[in-house]
Amino acid sequence: MNLKLRVWRQKNAESQGRLVDYELKDVSPEYSFLEMLDLLNEKLMREGELPVAFDHDCREGICGMCGLMINGVAHGPKAAVTACQLHMRNFHDGDTIVIEPWRATAFPIIKDLVVNRTAFDRIIQAAGYISVSTGSAPEANNTPIAKTEADLAMDAAACIGCGACVAACPNSSAMLFTAAKASHLALMPQGQPERYDRAVLMVNAMDEEGFGGCTNIGECEAVCPKEISLDFIAQLNRDLIKASFMGAGKRL
Amino acid sequence: MSVATGVIMLPRTSIGKKVIMAITGLIWVGFVTFHMYGNLKILAGAEYFNAYAEGLRSLGAPIFGHGHLLFVARLVLIFSLLSHIWAAVTLAMQARGARPRNYALKKSVQATFASLYIRWGGIALFFFVLYHLAHLTWGVPGINNHFIPGNPYNNVVMGFSSGPAIVFYYVALIALSLHLYHGVWSMFQTLGLNSKEYSSMIRLLALALAVVVPLGFAIPPLAVVLGIVTL
Ligand code: HEM
Ligand code: SF4
Ligand code: FES
Repeated sequence: MNLKLRVWRQKNAESQGRLVDYELKDVSPEYSFLEMLDLLNEKLMREGELPVAFDHDCREGICGMCGLMINGVAHGPKAAVTACQLHMRNFHDGDTIVIEPWRATAFPIIKDLVVNRTAFDRIIQAAGYISVSTGSAPEANNTPIAKTEADLAMDAAACIGCGACVAACPNSSAMLFTAAKASHLALMPQGQPERYDRAVLMVNAMDEEGFGGCTNIGECEAVCPKEISLDFIAQLNRDLIKASFMGAGKRL
Repeated sequence: MSVATGVIMLPRTSIGKKVIMAITGLIWVGFVTFHMYGNLKILAGAEYFNAYAEGLRSLGAPIFGHGHLLFVARLVLIFSLLSHIWAAVTLAMQARGARPRNYALKKSVQATFASLYIRWGGIALFFFVLYHLAHLTWGVPGINNHFIPGNPYNNVVMGFSSGPAIVFYYVALIALSLHLYHGVWSMFQTLGLNSKEYSSMIRLLALALAVVVPLGFAIPPLAVVLGIVTL
């Protein structure tokens, strides 16, 4: 199929970017969205132009590196998949596809479609340690945990840190990501000792990075490739309220 | 890094500000529901309605003196509204700073109109509150010209004999309905009381309030227009 692409091109963090139009012919419906961009880049290189920079690594939906605003929807029109797992059969011959980077103050653009998501890493760092002894494998049945709790913790841990939640949020809020990361430990016995400190520290880090606040609109959950639930945001809210009454968060 | 801890951290974090909005919002939801119910008493006639308004002043007797509990309630409402607005404004500014430039193309996947435009609805409600006080509490000349202090029945009937008053009032009721529809559900989520299990029930509660409260408020002006409530 033949496509019209409108791609955000920006030389570096300082420069003014703009949308540039490209025509791309003979795109196979079997291609993934990133393979389609590869095809575009090959064409650009043949024509002596700079290829479009975009992030990717695993290309199988697990690393969280790829992230594109595709026709106004984070990771494109198909629910619960990353851009690398989106296939061109979801588009039609003659379609115009607008491709933009995540837009958030906390995610500055590095080049073209690549943004700097280290703000997420700093939120994780702010969470600090958990009190488990490392070095030897723990005895498998030492710490009992209910199957339902383990499953729920696993659902939260499925977050791949792609940033689509921030990108889709009208407030550019990082609540879904932060809540997923806080919850997967808050639901485990191993996460209990520092649970409330962690809630305070992560929420403070999240605000400091320049993300917006959450107004419970729910776009994050709708675009999340891992279908992280808003319930985890309620859980983080609950933990933060409790932490405020406990005076938690003093740990450095 | 040192961070604020304890309850004083609430006004300093985005989540804490939302908690303040949820609690102050709840106080106002309680007030508007009660106020709507009280207004309906106008259908029972001037004597009954004026006695009700006067009765509000002796609420809490004999512990509170005449009008004292009402005064406390007003203080709580004013303080709540100011806190609610303060949090809304600071969070709106935080959100505004969080996106340096808008997308050329952005689509909503599932967001409700009520959730996307909650801030505009809030602004409309704020101006309505001021207008409403000028109209029926203070009787500011030009806004309600036939105002008689201590005779709310007269003031309502005369107040709604003007077209613009009815338009303002109904526009505000639409804003209130939308605000309640998202706000009530959001309040549960913000306070950590929501989950997938109960979410549809909470949505239903929000919907019920968003329908019943504005409809209740819509009745007295309509009754004036239709001549059911007259001097
Ligand atoms: C008058 C000026 C007002 C402004 C500027 C305003 C603004 C806002 C905003 C921006 C939100 C945020 C929604 C969210 O974050 O999800 C909100 C929430 C809310 N508002 Fe208002 N509002 C106002 C008045 C009212 C009134 C009169 C009521 C009572 C009916 C009310 C009840 C609520 C509730 C219950 C919430 C939910 C809090 C939460 O999200 O946890 N607000 N308001
Ligand atoms: S919560 Fe979902 S959308 Fe947000 S970073 Fe994690 S995987 Fe991506
Ligand atoms: S490239 Fe790894 S998730 Fe898309």
